Amino acid sequence: MIVAGIDVGSKNTHVVVLKHGEVVARVAVPSGFEQEEAARGGVAAAAAAAGITVSDIDYMVATGVGRKAIPFAQHLVTEVAADARGAHALVPEVRTIIDVGADEALAIRVDAAGKVVDFAANEKCAAGAGAFVEAMSRALEVSLTRFGEISLESTKSIPMNAQCTVFAESEVVSLIHSNTSEKDIAKAVHDAMAGRVSAMVRRAGLEEVVVIGGGVAYNVGFVKALKDTLGVRELRVVPDPEYLGSYGAALIAADRAAERA
Amino acid sequence: MIANYGYRDGSGEYYLTIDTDRCIECRGRWCVDACPQSLFIIEADDYDDEVATIVLTARKQLKEKCAGCKPSAGYETLPCLTACLPVAISHSW
Amino acid sequence: MIEEKREFWRWTEKIWRADGVDWKDAASVTVGIDVGSVSSQAVVLTDGRLFAFYSTRTGSNSPDSAKKALGGAMEGTDMTIDDVHYVVGTGYGRVNVPFANRAITEIACHARGANFMVGPSVRTILDMGGQDCKVIRCDDKGKVQNFIMNDKCAAGTGRGMEVIADTLGVPIEDIGVRSFDIDDEPEPVSNVCTVFAKSEATALLKAGWSVNRVLAAYCSAMAERVASLIDRVGVEKDFFITGGIAKNSGVVRRIERRIGVEAVKLPADTNLDPQIAGALGAALFAHALLRRQQKAEAAAGAAA
Repeated sequence: MIVAGIDVGSKNTHVVVLKHGEVVARVAVPSGFEQEEAARGGVAAAAAAAGITVSDIDYMVATGVGRKAIPFAQHLVTEVAADARGAHALVPEVRTIIDVGADEALAIRVDAAGKVVDFAANEKCAAGAGAFVEAMSRALEVSLTRFGEISLESTKSIPMNAQCTVFAESEVVSLIHSNTSEKDIAKAVHDAMAGRVSAMVRRAGLEEVVVIGGGVAYNVGFVKALKDTLGVRELRVVPDPEYLGSYGAALIAADRAAERA
Repeated sequence: MIANYGYRDGSGEYYLTIDTDRCIECRGRWCVDACPQSLFIIEADDYDDEVATIVLTARKQLKEKCAGCKPSAGYETLPCLTACLPVAISHSW
Repeated sequence: MIEEKREFWRWTEKIWRADGVDWKDAASVTVGIDVGSVSSQAVVLTDGRLFAFYSTRTGSNSPDSAKKALGGAMEGTDMTIDDVHYVVGTGYGRVNVPFANRAITEIACHARGANFMVGPSVRTILDMGGQDCKVIRCDDKGKVQNFIMNDKCAAGTGRGMEVIADTLGVPIEDIGVRSFDIDDEPEPVSNVCTVFAKSEATALLKAGWSVNRVLAAYCSAMAERVASLIDRVGVEKDFFITGGIAKNSGVVRRIERRIGVEAVKLPADTNLDPQIAGALGAALFAHALLRRQQKAEAAAGAAA
């Protein structure tokens, strides 16, 4: 049995292919302006990577903000459902799932069976998602990876006044002009964003074990800042965090294909 | 005066409104201690009335600051609303 | 990087002084200084009447900007800070007017100033600044009855408009006119957030929309945002608009259409500039506070 999960994000589309429950391909492509085209390309690339053809795929489930643009998926699920399914499979003890993407962030609380109990989202405001950190790294003219890394070297806690990505860019420029060190600026930015994400998590309810997925989970500076702000003993980054949604969608595809059989 | 503190951004509208005409009546100022985030302070306003206002730095972070008090099912039990006897405070969300 | 951007709300240095008035004859000299995030204004009143005003760019140091604004207003008059009886500071940087006797919020000052400029008929003031947007309801004396201010989110501010202008490569001053040069009014852009609206604008262009049409969609979205701010406090005539975006007809016309009320305009021959409303209000507060202080001193003196 071969299934695929497609997560159509505003920035990137992720595809995971499972063969008998095992991951055989993971592909990420830019979503661009034509989401259906990007998704088709992603699925084709994933099939090629798995050594199969697209028609070998028995069932496809799409998730993500652009899922409705995918007519060739047999079923659509919300990001909440996909993330919950994926996280519970990876970490059965999970109770709180945090997914921070470029444009939005989600917090999902699940019970012992992986059933969704509550959730909260930071959406439609760039300051509450990855776009914020990315924009600040550009203002500081360092790569996003380095931006996260240097923030770990700072011991200061400079609160940011601006709560908007556009105004924060000017604030970062002012901090640069006032000779604040790069690492202190980086920490200030990550702390500011962690504050907004942790407030979102509290709206869903915080319960350990807490895991984090989504593209921003690769940012070591952000993960540390969020862990400190939440005050939890451990904040676990799921393996291949950017594929959390598509992995969960693929598992749901496998569930549904099995039901059909 | 109706003072609306807060903001609207892409994700929604978050205004904490204080009716200063009612606030002036208050003897107890219980809101100051009731708020776990210490959002309220008592100051003389522009017309020299001693009334409650929201701490300047918090006005742009109300969504985050108030998140801890808001259960997903309605906010009737918010400590600030309970503490304000003149019913001068209201939340837009 | 930021310095090279054209800034729509940038006012060139502006000076005005009353003819034939010798400030040395005045019993009281009061000053209001408004230090904004982008520009700073100083207004000087003699015996409660307008003597001079000066507008300049706010530098990186707010206290210096306050001094510069006042210095500009006093230039060529032999007046110094020691001749001033009372100073009120206001604006985004109001705590940074170090020589002020008192700080008053920009909300109260704006209302007072608008009341002076438009007259006692003004009841609703919309100020769309570089980094904030506020709506104030006042009574016939310019006392604030209701206000709402948004300085958290760039959408609905001059900065938000500037980002889109840069993305589309259109000078800010052309936006209004171009936004009406379209076949039919499009739906507003769906994203409130400036960061996402920027991507949406790019996507619309790729989908074949003309630049003018995208401008119209953006102006429409901004007008809707500002209108919902106005809805929260309600609009009552006379309605007065100040701030940089007041010059953007693309936004202003759509706001008027949406709320069903037209804004009053100052007479064409006026020497008053809407930009000075805050500083003017501050100066009027200074005058009133000085008189109150003098009365209190006189009463204390009589009692002694």
